[in-house]
Amino acid sequence: MTPQSTLMIAAPVSSGRENALGALLATLNRRPGEADPDNPLVPFGQFGQLHMARFTLLYARTNDDIRAHGVRPRPWPPTLVFIADVDGDTDRFLAELCLRAGDGLRQIFSHCRDFDAGYDDLLPWMRRRNRRPAASYVNWRGRSVQQVREEEALACFVRRHLAATQGESDDARAVHGRLREAVLEEVAELRLRLSPAAPTPAGWWLGNLVHLLAIPLAGLLLLPLLLLLAPLYLWRLRQLERSDPENTRPPEPQHLQALLAVEDFDVTNHFNVFGQVKPGLLRLLTIKAGLLLLDYTSRHIYRRGYLTRIRTIHFAHWVLLDGNARVYFASNYDGSAESYMDDFINKVAWGLNLVFSNGIGYPRTRFLLKGGAEHEGNYKATLRRNQLPSESWYKAYPGLTAVDLARNHQIRAVLEEARPGEQVLRDWVGLL
Amino acid sequence: MAFDDVQGLVRFGHGHLSRSVFHLLWIVDVEAARAWLQQAPVTSAAAGGERPAQVLQLAFSAAGLCALGIDREIVSDFSAEFNAGMAGDSNRSRRLGDIGANDPGRWRWGGAGASAPHVLLLLYADDSRIEDWQSELFDAAFEQAFERRIALPGELGAGREHFGFVDGISQPEIDWQGDRSVDSHRRSTYSNRLAPGEILLGYPNEYGLYTRRPLLDPARCPAAAVLPEATEQPQLKDLGRNGSYLVLRQLSQDVPAFWQFLDRVAQGDETRREQLAQAMVGRKRDGEPLLEARGLNAFDYDDDPAGQRCPLGAHVRRANPRTGDFPPHSSGILKRLLRTLGFGSQSGRDDLVAATRFHRLLRRGRIYGGALGVAEALATEAGGVASEEERGLLFVCLGASISRQFEFVQNAWLDSAKFAGLRDESDPLLGHRQPMPGGLATDHFSIPRAGRPADRVEGLPQFVQVRGGEYFFLPGLRALRFIAGGGQ
Repeated sequence: MTPQSTLMIAAPVSSGRENALGALLATLNRRPGEADPDNPLVPFGQFGQLHMARFTLLYARTNDDIRAHGVRPRPWPPTLVFIADVDGDTDRFLAELCLRAGDGLRQIFSHCRDFDAGYDDLLPWMRRRNRRPAASYVNWRGRSVQQVREEEALACFVRRHLAATQGESDDARAVHGRLREAVLEEVAELRLRLSPAAPTPAGWWLGNLVHLLAIPLAGLLLLPLLLLLAPLYLWRLRQLERSDPENTRPPEPQHLQALLAVEDFDVTNHFNVFGQVKPGLLRLLTIKAGLLLLDYTSRHIYRRGYLTRIRTIHFAHWVLLDGNARVYFASNYDGSAESYMDDFINKVAWGLNLVFSNGIGYPRTRFLLKGGAEHEGNYKATLRRNQLPSESWYKAYPGLTAVDLARNHQIRAVLEEARPGEQVLRDWVGLL
Repeated sequence: MAFDDVQGLVRFGHGHLSRSVFHLLWIVDVEAARAWLQQAPVTSAAAGGERPAQVLQLAFSAAGLCALGIDREIVSDFSAEFNAGMAGDSNRSRRLGDIGANDPGRWRWGGAGASAPHVLLLLYADDSRIEDWQSELFDAAFEQAFERRIALPGELGAGREHFGFVDGISQPEIDWQGDRSVDSHRRSTYSNRLAPGEILLGYPNEYGLYTRRPLLDPARCPAAAVLPEATEQPQLKDLGRNGSYLVLRQLSQDVPAFWQFLDRVAQGDETRREQLAQAMVGRKRDGEPLLEARGLNAFDYDDDPAGQRCPLGAHVRRANPRTGDFPPHSSGILKRLLRTLGFGSQSGRDDLVAATRFHRLLRRGRIYGGALGVAEALATEAGGVASEEERGLLFVCLGASISRQFEFVQNAWLDSAKFAGLRDESDPLLGHRQPMPGGLATDHFSIPRAGRPADRVEGLPQFVQVRGGEYFFLPGLRALRFIAGGGQ
């Protein structure tokens, strides 16, 4: 299995150069907000291990909202974020980036405050600027871009073959036998490729195992203390939940317009939310604990197509910035923003509340999990107010949803079995 | 329920009146328009006595409200999509599937660049009365106030749309008395009953919440005194209460293209042709569902997760997938908890489609143009969309949230090539057939079969074309008085 990893570079933009940078990033695009895979600056399409990537300019649009808590807003310089979700480790990807897109990236990053444009400095600069998200979600751990492409080609071949052999027996077992034979032949003729999974890197495997065990163990050790503090925590939490100011303003029409302008070109959309964490230690500890739980469950439980009941997210990342005063959420999801928000509200309101209710202006929660996102209108307004458009976004497999990828994989898995069971066959034949 | 403050269309489809004409009006003289609207004989939803022999209903676009002098700030408290209009923005058109032949630049009215109609006047009467009813209303005072640019005559057509299928069966039943809990703990399966706030503004919706709408302070706006008070903030007056958004879309249907395509696929076999048409619609011609049901509208698809009885992509299944808040068969606390955490999925198709109750439409459409039977359709030349012989549907739906209801259904369910885990097909009747970015097709249709690969039809032509459309607000009667006063 090839594990996925994330590169996330964040760098403040030189004062007054954000518009020039925005204009430069727009030249990467073939449609509003969507990168041309062959653009000369950062030819995303040349990177065989790259799933998704984006450039986003983080503006503190809602910076003044913290005044509702009686706190003076801190200044935040517009900050350029570059995110890439890749197969394998980021070191190799970074090196390849410098090789294939060095000039383009230099041109882009030269808009950033501390980028000294020396020719050899790009790699160490990016390394230094790379930060690990507090939590990450990957739809299907181990599914590489190469695998996605091979399995999509297989699914297309299966479709064509079925259409060409209409009239032959369509009994599930007969279809399986026929397709298996045809696919083996295609593979032998090198017209299809079905590469076996790469071996899991031993270091990664060990690290993952340690992570799997260490976090619950630490939790267990801390449990007596946590139980002791729980009543105090709940009492204080309820106090804050009753008094924290809500922000029910709808987003400004021009801002909403800027968001809509880059949505719904592909079946997958990109989402950025950038807001402030509520002041106080309790909120900070809560969001940290929430993100830890999210990261742990994403890593060890939700790694096969589901994030609780949500099946439409490809990659998602949560990052704390500005000394934990701000949180940035970036995701790639299938369907429209309206259906994404619908999923949030109707399926995982509790999960969102756990993290985002620690953000300023969020709809009122009860005991951290209830309420909050269940306030449909206010929740959507809060999300949209704090949302930012991506300047340029790339996806390696346009037109395909996470559900498409899972189905293609299942088509392949059963084709690779010589004698699948009756029920497996019946379900499988329905996927074709 | 103050039915006397609600326009009749919300409660009744006026099905006892066989004819209708929808007039799109532009205000030319504001004072005259206000004066005419003040005394307009609008029919309320109050029952009792005989059904009226003639009906007038009135709705306004955002541009219309502004033209009448309602403060822009007040209008902007209506929803963003109402303020933007149906064709006001190419981003919206992209989401609604109004691209290619559906592009608003090609619409007959309401399209991109055209000025939005101000007022929608909906008239209903029977055959003998409809002409008189119009000439009665359109007196000199009316003609001074408004310009009538577009008239859209419609009729009931014996309850069938032009492809020959009984239409309008799947309507939500409004829970006027608020008998039913909207708490998802108490209702996880599909129900046809719907909270009043899903249709009317000013009442709790399926989330138990009030939809955002203009609430006015009578101290600052004395004219608001005529309005009912806002239930959740009684010190404020509610311009939205007892009103609803109205979506109007003119959809022309290419009946010859529909039947000729099916006939070609069926290779002239009449039974097969009929089966294909049923599969695409998701009902038989007389409205009977394709799976066992206690009634025409009393069923769900819980026992047909793979669409082997009613195809997943069938029109009626897309438009109303009848899903509950939880996947099928998840009763009991433990099962619910497991499902909430994402475990225990049985079919691999769970959670692909949103909970239906938040996305219902109350439809009030009528058909237009002359009927064309199958035999005639097969003998006629296809492509008569823009010809004199145009026929189709004047689609009308009511709801409290255009974005969560009409736009969601249109985008995520009807237009989406990935609905319910499908791959490359949009609505078999309404689809625009434009390929997706990346070149993937959307013009397929699949009919799943048990234990066999799905039957597939490819290369579906476009059967339905959008010819015009706009978002309106259908006010309550007291709100209408406020609007007719220009808010002053």
